[in-house]
Amino acid sequence: MSEEAKTRKLVVPGERLPDEVELKEPYVVEVEGARVATVMGVLDLHGEKPSFIPLQTVYVPKPGDVVIGMIQSIGVMNWQVDINSPYVAVLNAQDFLGRPYNPLTDDLSQYLNIGDYVKAKVVAFDRSRSPILTVQDKGLGKITEGKIVEIQAAKIPRVIGKKRSMITMLQEELGCDIFAAVNGRIHIKCADSERESILVLAIKMIEREAHTVGLTARVQEYIQELKKVKGVE
Amino acid sequence: MAKATDVKLIDEFGRRHDGRLPEEMRPVSMRINVLDNADGSALVEFGRTRVLAAVYGPREPVQRFMILPDRALLRVRYHMAPFSTAERKSPAPSRREIELSKVIREAFEDIILVKYFPRTAIDIFIEVLQADGGTRTAAVTAASLALANAGIPMKALVAGIAVGKIEGVLVLDVDEVEDGVGEADMPVAAAPDIGKITLFQLNGVLTREEVEKGLDMALEAIKKLVELEKQTLVEEYVTTEEV
Repeated sequence: MSEEAKTRKLVVPGERLPDEVELKEPYVVEVEGARVATVMGVLDLHGEKPSFIPLQTVYVPKPGDVVIGMIQSIGVMNWQVDINSPYVAVLNAQDFLGRPYNPLTDDLSQYLNIGDYVKAKVVAFDRSRSPILTVQDKGLGKITEGKIVEIQAAKIPRVIGKKRSMITMLQEELGCDIFAAVNGRIHIKCADSERESILVLAIKMIEREAHTVGLTARVQEYIQELKKVKGVE
Repeated sequence: MAKATDVKLIDEFGRRHDGRLPEEMRPVSMRINVLDNADGSALVEFGRTRVLAAVYGPREPVQRFMILPDRALLRVRYHMAPFSTAERKSPAPSRREIELSKVIREAFEDIILVKYFPRTAIDIFIEVLQADGGTRTAAVTAASLALANAGIPMKALVAGIAVGKIEGVLVLDVDEVEDGVGEADMPVAAAPDIGKITLFQLNGVLTREEVEKGLDMALEAIKKLVELEKQTLVEEYVTTEEV
């Protein structure tokens, strides 16, 4: 066991955490004056302050989050968008088209149909109403090329890595464009399908082994091996 | 049904009909991640009693009128499979199953952090596959594991066990035979990590002292069961790689 591994510990719901661990509701809460983990997670004693990394989270939208949503149904004036969360988001037609919209003359399914993916920003969510999305910003809108990989939202920080180490390594190894949205969906764009499939396998490996130590190096090794097998330069 | 007088359930050595001592549990086994479609699932066995639990959510409830504006809606369905008993059980929910669904739901209402997920629903489905006494406490144990497996934030893990009284002796983890002819049955569920009892029922007659002693026996056993739950959850992750 490496030095780093010794300072990490698997924690189960209900386990007491050191008092220095930051409150991270609802995953670290205070129960009768003590810090308690409420889901499975890793207690990291490495570094200045102990921290708790939940292994499972539920994506709750926050204004400002850039998410990848899938059109779930089409309304009269808007689309209902599945954002991998218990809350279904709404994308208004006027916002998407950038102009006034008349339901009598325009057909929404022409622009975005059920099953299409959009990259959008959450503008409002106050828990009493559904989250509202917007595509009026740089880089947002319908996703027309590449693939979407869905993983658990809790594992997204691991796909990005400390100081973007993991995502940079993935980009350098395979030369793909990768966008990891906070809601657990990753948009990938590669030069060919071989690279794409290697990247999907690597992302799935990160999801599976997110709680382990030395993962970036192992994923890199795995990618290099797959590249040799598939004959990708 | 046999009467208490014509069946001897405790022999001269103080052992029960299956060879257990009064304070001994049946062999317990726990597994999680047994269903792919559920967000979390668990299969728990107490001897011959076998219970499956599946957890879904938090998710948007299909019946929108059920939405609660300030917290998640917790729904529990306890159901006995038609093949779970010696004689076929009608698959329609019985009065007993509706009651047990309610008491199991109440066992988790103060444990699951529902206030963080307003307007959503958390569903717990419990299916008794084989019934041999103690199904409600096995159901609570399975539901607790399935909830943890689904990643639903909860204050602590919960487990349950029943204490019974047969021939004047308090016994732990009563099975079907003992439940049928015994004098009392007291199911208890608790979250030892936060020191809370979340389910407490009593069927039959016990003295005040017996209730106190029985409760101590149950809580002691629940501590062991929660430890086993923790071990089961941790093992699921450790099998992949060292932490």
